[in-house]
Amino acid sequence: MMAYIARRLFYAIPILIGVNLITFVLFFMVNSPDDMARAQLGAKQTTPAMIETWKAERGYDKPLFFNNEAPGLVKFSDTLFVEESLKLFVFDFGRSDSGRDIGADILERMWPSLQIALPTFAIGLITTITLALLIVLFRGTALDTSAMVIAVMIMSISGLFYIIAGQVLFSKILNWVPISGYEPGWAGVKFVILPVLIGVFAGLGAGTRWYRSIFLEEINRDYVRTARAKGLSEIKVLFKHVLPNGMLPILTGVVVVIPSLFMGSLIMESFFGIPGLGSYTIDAINAQDFAIVKAMVFFGAVLYIIGLILTDISYTIFDPRVRLS
Amino acid sequence: MMWVWLWTDIMIWLLVVSLGLWGWTISRSPQVKAQWIAIFRSKIAMTSAIVLLMYVSIALLDSLHFRLALPDQPVGEKVQYQGQTLSVLDWVFDEIRGKVERTYSAPFALKEHSSSIIKTDDGQIKQIALDLTHAGSHLAAAEDRNQDILLKSLWAIFVAWVLSKLFISLHIYWRARVAKISWRQQAGLVLKGKTELPWRTAYLTFSIGLIVLAWLYHLGHYYHVLGTDKVGGDVLYQSFKSVRTGVLIGVLTTLVMLPLALILGISAGLFRGWIDDVIQYLYTTLNSIPGILLIAAAVLVMQTMIMNNPDWFETATERADIRLLVLVLILGLTSWTGLCRLLRAETLKISQVEYVTAARAFGVSRFKIIGRHILPNVMHIVLIAVVLDFSALVLAEAVLSYVGVGVDPTMHSWGNMINQARLEMAREPMVWWSLLSAFIFMFILVLAANLFSDRVQRVLDPKNN
Amino acid sequence: MLFEGARFVLLGAATLGLVACSDQWNTPYTNEQVASNTLFSAFSAPPKHLDPVRSYSSNEWAINAQILEPPLQYHYLKRPYTLEPLTLSKMPEVRYLNQQGEPVLATDADLAYSEVVLNIKPGIQYQPHPAFVKDEQGALRYAALSAKDLSGLKSPFDLKDQSSRELVAADYAYAIKRMAVRQNHSPILDSMNEHIVGLAEFSEQISEQRTQADSDAFFDLRPHEIEGIKVVNDYELRIRLHGVYPQFMYWLSMNFFAPVPWEVMQFYAQPGLVDLNISFDTFPVGTGPYRLVENNPNRRMRLQKHPNYQPQYYPNDSLAENMPSSLLADAGKRLPMIDEVVYTLEKENVPYWNKFLQGYYDASGVSADSFDQAVQVSVNGELDLTGEMKTKDIQMRSSVQPTIFYLAFNMLDEVVGGYDEKAQKLRQAISIAVNYEEFISIFMNERGLAAQGPIPPGIFGHVDGEAGVNPYVHDWHEGEARRKSLETARQLLAEAGYPEGRNQQTGRPLQLNYDAVATGPDDRSRMDWMRKQFEQLGIELMIRSTDYNRFQDKVRKGDAQIFFWGWNADYPDPENFLFLLYGPNSSVATNGAGINSSNYANPEFDRLFEQIRTMENTPERMAKLQQMIDIARQDAPWIWGLHPRSLSLYHSWYKNVWPNSLANNTIKYLAIDAEQRAQKQAQWNQPIVWPLWLTAAIILWLIIWARRVYRQRQQQRVITGDNAS
Repeated sequence: MMAYIARRLFYAIPILIGVNLITFVLFFMVNSPDDMARAQLGAKQTTPAMIETWKAERGYDKPLFFNNEAPGLVKFSDTLFVEESLKLFVFDFGRSDSGRDIGADILERMWPSLQIALPTFAIGLITTITLALLIVLFRGTALDTSAMVIAVMIMSISGLFYIIAGQVLFSKILNWVPISGYEPGWAGVKFVILPVLIGVFAGLGAGTRWYRSIFLEEINRDYVRTARAKGLSEIKVLFKHVLPNGMLPILTGVVVVIPSLFMGSLIMESFFGIPGLGSYTIDAINAQDFAIVKAMVFFGAVLYIIGLILTDISYTIFDPRVRLS
Repeated sequence: MMWVWLWTDIMIWLLVVSLGLWGWTISRSPQVKAQWIAIFRSKIAMTSAIVLLMYVSIALLDSLHFRLALPDQPVGEKVQYQGQTLSVLDWVFDEIRGKVERTYSAPFALKEHSSSIIKTDDGQIKQIALDLTHAGSHLAAAEDRNQDILLKSLWAIFVAWVLSKLFISLHIYWRARVAKISWRQQAGLVLKGKTELPWRTAYLTFSIGLIVLAWLYHLGHYYHVLGTDKVGGDVLYQSFKSVRTGVLIGVLTTLVMLPLALILGISAGLFRGWIDDVIQYLYTTLNSIPGILLIAAAVLVMQTMIMNNPDWFETATERADIRLLVLVLILGLTSWTGLCRLLRAETLKISQVEYVTAARAFGVSRFKIIGRHILPNVMHIVLIAVVLDFSALVLAEAVLSYVGVGVDPTMHSWGNMINQARLEMAREPMVWWSLLSAFIFMFILVLAANLFSDRVQRVLDPKNN
Repeated sequence: MLFEGARFVLLGAATLGLVACSDQWNTPYTNEQVASNTLFSAFSAPPKHLDPVRSYSSNEWAINAQILEPPLQYHYLKRPYTLEPLTLSKMPEVRYLNQQGEPVLATDADLAYSEVVLNIKPGIQYQPHPAFVKDEQGALRYAALSAKDLSGLKSPFDLKDQSSRELVAADYAYAIKRMAVRQNHSPILDSMNEHIVGLAEFSEQISEQRTQADSDAFFDLRPHEIEGIKVVNDYELRIRLHGVYPQFMYWLSMNFFAPVPWEVMQFYAQPGLVDLNISFDTFPVGTGPYRLVENNPNRRMRLQKHPNYQPQYYPNDSLAENMPSSLLADAGKRLPMIDEVVYTLEKENVPYWNKFLQGYYDASGVSADSFDQAVQVSVNGELDLTGEMKTKDIQMRSSVQPTIFYLAFNMLDEVVGGYDEKAQKLRQAISIAVNYEEFISIFMNERGLAAQGPIPPGIFGHVDGEAGVNPYVHDWHEGEARRKSLETARQLLAEAGYPEGRNQQTGRPLQLNYDAVATGPDDRSRMDWMRKQFEQLGIELMIRSTDYNRFQDKVRKGDAQIFFWGWNADYPDPENFLFLLYGPNSSVATNGAGINSSNYANPEFDRLFEQIRTMENTPERMAKLQQMIDIARQDAPWIWGLHPRSLSLYHSWYKNVWPNSLANNTIKYLAIDAEQRAQKQAQWNQPIVWPLWLTAAIILWLIIWARRVYRQRQQQRVITGDNAS
């Protein structure tokens, strides 16, 4: 097991290098370091002298991939790309273009993101599975059909509408929850309710349909028929046989996203003023703060790879037939 | 008049032509034809398909662009053209498009949404909502409005009804000829719902669609049916113009994504070895970058390129079009990975099947194997992916516009409409019509696409059989 | 199983219902906070820099102007804007010197320097801060923080002991020395280099030395001296300037000249603090009325009253015209009056606005045009509030800001540039066609004033009424300026060689490029509007939208043709606006460093500018200013655009609000009636509960129904199952 994980982590290195390469190429095509300097210095009057100092301070005066002036192999190593990538691999994210420590910011902003993403994920998973089970229980009835129609309708509405409508209805008209804001810990529950509710609701359609099809597949198998023939009640059949066996395909789809929950939700966080990583990312894109975007891309890639590994591990736990080799 | 072919126009028409060719090919394969008939046997699928077809026709109408010559030019010299590029849809909406008010007005309103200060002739200052310049200008008195709307609606409905009956009769005639029965017999079958495909539902949908369109269009000439926006532009016209953007993003992205996914997916599964490794590396790497960041970065790159080379484009429309094209390309480049993985797995499975290994042993060339055994057997996966992606892409456009990396801000799109409406919702009194229009237009399209894809999936996916 | 769930839901709903009776659910604060003497405000973008050497944006100054105190400030109520001493005992004296340093008259030909003498009030204390704490031996206690001290540190005030120190003249000198160090990125260094004697040389020298030293370590500037800055004693500082530079007084009211204690710099330079985002840039220290005790730019910033703040009092006179006398209700009271200020991050306008309406922000602060329905122009031409605002007793203050938004032509451009009569007429025609009155009405709901020239109202050189009208664009008609008709514009355009918008020679339609920054959702309609304006003349406008960065770049290189830009006064002097049109400041000529982005260069204008630059506000200066404005009007390098009107909405419990566009340190004058606030908030935010009960009822009904259906099915299955067997 440990050897397997170690090998997977080793494989991750070329992927992460590739990820870095892509971000570098893209971003330096957009922005010359001069642009970044100007954006960050941002004052009314920016003089060339100020720009040069700023660039030298951040090492942006070095060439991107190839240093013609350096001798031998240093031609490749004394470049912006190699220097910055190496730092990333030891999770030293450095300072943002505006001068704040990115590592400290990420650590701090992770928790607000989780505070929204985790409940949304957990409650969403439980409700969708419960609903899917219910629908399977009533398969073939009007309830099934109408639930599926509603599910498709929920899927067909852009998430932006849910947020706009939710804010107007629950915060402005009914005065139930604060319209936006954040507070850590239990004091923050009132801020979290609405975004979580909207997040769960928006995912209800797709989730229910997917789980329903998984359960339906299971319910038509022979062992379920046998169980039923033995006289087990329908509910017992569902919980004892269908649900555990359906868990496997659900796991494959679900485990991979768990680490990415840290990344937060872009739209949700900026609408509700949650100081998480999602809004951090969006701000960085808008401000074209390369240092942050680079760090977030790297962070996201790492989380994704962890997710893949976790998926494989969870297979071995839930399906004894699978062995990691 | 000079025809202008924008890049996206060329792409969409090419797609239409190739779809036509593909349709012709599959019509000769009885097995595939049977599958398609099975899809359309569902009433919901039929209705959705017709709705989708209507959207696509609007998008196609909006994809025929031209520039008009300037009036009264000296004869014999080189003709000068207007800088503005128009489409056939613009031409259809010519009158509605020209009816620009000063600022906001509600649907069917005769007065502006907000009040202004005016000086009357006798020097008094008053605060009133000004009359709209165009909407309802044909009315003698404001009280006649409701009656006028009713009469005009009835007229529009009647005309559309007659028209739809005409088209339906023609279609029935054609079906009757194919089936070698009389028109009357065929009509009877339709009425009773006894035809193989649910034509009765199809006709009904078609009639309703035509009536709604005709009603909007006819009344649009006299009122702002969906109101006006901040600078007085007609929201109905904007909503229709946005159809092209939505449909094109949904459709063209697949055009970009498909070849990539097909070629890479199948070669990875078939050739294995280092090719497989490279391709797997490629999609894992792309997949592991958070999608929105990749899209944002790429859009910004292209934006820079567009900014730095303003002389590439003769008109603003061309510039906006390039940006749409870029968005489509990028969405295509980021979304091929999922399908690629599915195709790889499926190819791996198929190439293990006995008759394929046998073919290989006999020295049949790999390309023949792909053409003969693999492609036909993965087509259902491709098709399901395409229809599923369509609705997701239409929705994604709105979100991307919100983040600021969507289509050009001067381009009509639902994303831009929603984005603007966010602020309008906070006005007092609320300006709700832009948001609602975008919502309804988008909802109908996405709902139809989802329902259709549902059916396609059910029929084609062997798991569901 | 199902019923368990239902019971749980009901229980939850019931508890929520009970909670409802006591409280409003949607409050983003705690009850104690609301009841305390706290001001609730918001910020829409985190301030990037609070270090006075670097910060230059209004959102940064809004915070650090409460913390830091430069020598001078603007009087809160006096208009026109007037400077008064803040940390000085009197206004600075100016002496004129010749090359040898002997005193001369201001008019003397051999005048070489002027010397500004600052006399600092004794006894002013810094805010308590750990950097000032000394141990028994008199050494600084926190000069070497251990890893243990650092762990879990969120702000410098988490350290146990804090102490203070008296403000001395050397602190002001230290601030100027910091400005000279290039690595500190001072935005005004290059312009100050021209004025302060010896600063340029010092800057070059010290920046070089700074490069040699470790970039993270403390770099003590005390041993280094600038030629023109002299610390006479603890309470007197002399600054020597080249020639005459009367505008220097205004600079002395800006945060760049706020004192910097060296102990604090040494404290923040300790390793490990920057990685915790604790630095002078995040927790500045000064002598001001508030200190920043919490700085989480992602969420909240909190200012707390400075306990040893110098005795300062609310002004008891100087009400300008049309100021209500209620502004003097707190006259003579000790400042500051509010104990704490909480700024919450509010990035989206919609929630911001709604929270203000719910009473959770004391002032709206929203300047976005999207909420224009809140106000409308009332019958007598003044702005007035509408329906809901009035019933909530929301108050409003508005004033024209010393700002101009203009549409600039690039004077180097082949089509729109140039100084011959045809080019002038083309620009004048466009100036008439772009109807800024309509713009203000549609996009700003009358919250602006169409500009007649470069100088905004309230600044010397601006003339009201008929005499101040731009005769090339407006006519004076029945007591108001009226834009000339489109006919006139078309006529001018024909004379410029483009009858009906088409080039006389080629017959091609005139196509112009408009560069704009497009980021927000509202930008599209603005661009549509702009296109419509040009269309009226038959000119086709190509809009190239881009981000602000690239836009600036383009303008700087002179690649833009027509573009929209603005200028916000640094100080209330016409020089600060006219230098935007001064030839030698042209962007292209100075390789992008200059501020004259339209590259306008008229020799006569430039000659006059050099004269008015150093003049006092005399009638003679006024005459010269009018001459310059007339030249510029005729050349029309800008479409003069508009002066925005600031609008602040605030609740009735928020007192002493009066807009002051130049002063930033105004929070100390404000007051809050917390009791009234709590009462109104409770009144406005009663939750509507019945939908909760309805939802619960529906869920219950669904459960019962589902249970019944299930039972039926179960029985059926048993029957069919029996049949099958």
